[in-house]
Amino acid sequence: MTLDFTAVWKSLPFLFDGLELSFLLTASSMLGGIAFGLLLAVVRLSRLRAAAALAAVYVNGFRAVPLVLVIFWFYFLVPLAIGHAVDALQSALIAFTLFEAAYYSEIIRAGLRSVRPGQWQAAYASGLSYVQVLRLVILPQAFRNMLPLMVSQAVILFQDTSLVYVISLRDFMTSASIVATRDNRMVETYLFAAAVYFVVCASGSQAAAMLNRRRSFA
Amino acid sequence: MMDATVRMPVECKSGQSAGAAGEACAPMIELKEISKRYGSLGVLNDCSLSVSRGEVVVVCGPSGSGKSTLIKCINGLEPINAGSIIVDGITVGKSTAEMTRLRARIGMVFQHFELYPHLTALENICLAQIHVLKRGKEEARAKARALLARVGLPDKEDRYPAQLSGGQQQRVAIARALAVDPVAMLFDEPTSALDPEMIGEVLAVMLELAREGMTMVVVTHEMGFARGAANRIVFMDQGKILEVSEAKRFFEAPASERARRFLSQILAH
Amino acid sequence: MNYSWNWAVLVQEPYLGWLISGTCLTLAISLAAWMLALVVGTVVGTVASLPNRVLKVVAAIYIALFRNVPLLLQLFLWFFVIPEVLPPAWGHWLKRDLPYPEFWTSIIALGLFTSARVAVQVAAGIATVPAGPRTAAVASGMTTAQIFRLVLLPQAFRIVLPPLTSDFLTVFKNSALALTIGVFELTAQSRQIESYTFQGFEAFTAATIVYLAIALLVTALMRFLERWTALPMTGAAV
Repeated sequence: MTLDFTAVWKSLPFLFDGLELSFLLTASSMLGGIAFGLLLAVVRLSRLRAAAALAAVYVNGFRAVPLVLVIFWFYFLVPLAIGHAVDALQSALIAFTLFEAAYYSEIIRAGLRSVRPGQWQAAYASGLSYVQVLRLVILPQAFRNMLPLMVSQAVILFQDTSLVYVISLRDFMTSASIVATRDNRMVETYLFAAAVYFVVCASGSQAAAMLNRRRSFA
Repeated sequence: MMDATVRMPVECKSGQSAGAAGEACAPMIELKEISKRYGSLGVLNDCSLSVSRGEVVVVCGPSGSGKSTLIKCINGLEPINAGSIIVDGITVGKSTAEMTRLRARIGMVFQHFELYPHLTALENICLAQIHVLKRGKEEARAKARALLARVGLPDKEDRYPAQLSGGQQQRVAIARALAVDPVAMLFDEPTSALDPEMIGEVLAVMLELAREGMTMVVVTHEMGFARGAANRIVFMDQGKILEVSEAKRFFEAPASERARRFLSQILAH
Repeated sequence: MNYSWNWAVLVQEPYLGWLISGTCLTLAISLAAWMLALVVGTVVGTVASLPNRVLKVVAAIYIALFRNVPLLLQLFLWFFVIPEVLPPAWGHWLKRDLPYPEFWTSIIALGLFTSARVAVQVAAGIATVPAGPRTAAVASGMTTAQIFRLVLLPQAFRIVLPPLTSDFLTVFKNSALALTIGVFELTAQSRQIESYTFQGFEAFTAATIVYLAIALLVTALMRFLERWTALPMTGAAV
């Protein structure tokens, strides 16, 4: 069979606009997810029993349900809560941030626990407060341990953004499907899309693997 | 190597409070009938001890006797279930703000050094100075350099802990504890994790501290140090304080059978 | 927030029936895909652990391909692209004669996607098996195949069981993507109920509860399996 990529080349600007949106979704969900995830992890490791239990319910709940369902939930819920219609992008941003926070909080929690308990004791013994201990002693060490996993999670997140297809948000995946059906060039368009995703994700995975190797020699 | 003459602290009668007839007489550290449990396991049982200003007390005993737990109760790293601990007039465990202030005046040295691996030796020593005592950066650094010189490591200020030997790390840890000008120092088996050839350099620093009149509570197996620097020896077994005697008397004629056995095992090699 | 609640919708027909059939489809797709993933993943993971360099590279390429393309796109590739790319006879059969093509395509896509993750776990598990038993087996004259079958894989399996739990759970979550090619699994049905009755809160809550229940059941099952296969005196056996 013959492959004809002209339709794909013609639509490159459109496709790359979609790719830009995919990157935007990834970046903002990552920032929001790490910030909120850090809060969740710290609360879970603190001595505030009730808050820790709530945080655990949040994390385990979000990790048990499909992302598609969460996207639908917020697509439906956000306009209701605000009182007027909201575009798909806003609801998607909220959905992704809250969803990813659960996953990042697990990575961060494991990272915090990977720091030797003696470090907590030595830091407390010198008179530092809980916040100071975290900020000056524990987090710098934990972050170094967590970095490879956080990069891996970012790669997963980038792949997950393709799911905004279900609310017709024009990321790279949705744009590719639009081009594929409009020009009836499914094979070429989807193969091209797969190639782009592969290049981006494989580079990310390589970076994570390199970070992991460097860490074990440090 | 070990000098047998150590400054003797002023003898204190118990019950004398600070402010009355000479402040030096009030016990610096007072443990009253403290008990601690992990679930149903009794870790500390009705322990009482009084440490005067300038005194060096060595705590020894077989493993599992609760010595490390006891010393960690003094600065509140381990909570107690019963009894009271008063350090320099402050009751331990009452308020978090007070505890933070108290900890800034007690230095602690750990068995595994616990230097912060992501900071240089100098930064390790400056951290508490800057963030707890709120000293300026230059002042903190100057003090840190002086302390590094005092423990014999003047040229190591930019090294990371991973680049230092065990003995060097422990000496930096002692300097770090001294940086906040503590009124007392706690040592939790400071040489147990060291290779034999490095034990001497750390003990030398500790001996120097003792000679200068620092109040010290030291958990250790190093009987040579105890003989040379300690005023009193506390012997513990299975969570109880079995014996508290003057160093000389403890080594010549320990009162309890278990202490006798323990000494003979330790001193055999 | 003006919203009229009506939880009764969930127990009315046809909506209840939709939820039930959706759940059944979710379970069917997930379990079938997981079986496929286990078989293929174990094979690929074992191949990746063999001493042969060429085979290692082949396995690595397989894993890289399936891990670096989003599942949704893989699903589309299987559904839209493969039938076109195959020889005409096969293509026709796939497009016309195969009953419920969306169903089978979902299983294949999800199964192979997951097989790459299983392969990584299996390879890691084999690598973690202490060198001692392996050396002893070689010394006693066993062939490579025997070593794998009798020494490495049984131990690797026990090591790998905990991390596989999370991959197993992920399969159930990923099965929701089948809705994009027209499979009316649980999430699709809840969306359907929402568009018919406008009772989105109730519909999505129902779906959420079912997924939570599945997660709890799977976690309990895997924990039971861990204890059942654990060797006495090792960590898991209590």
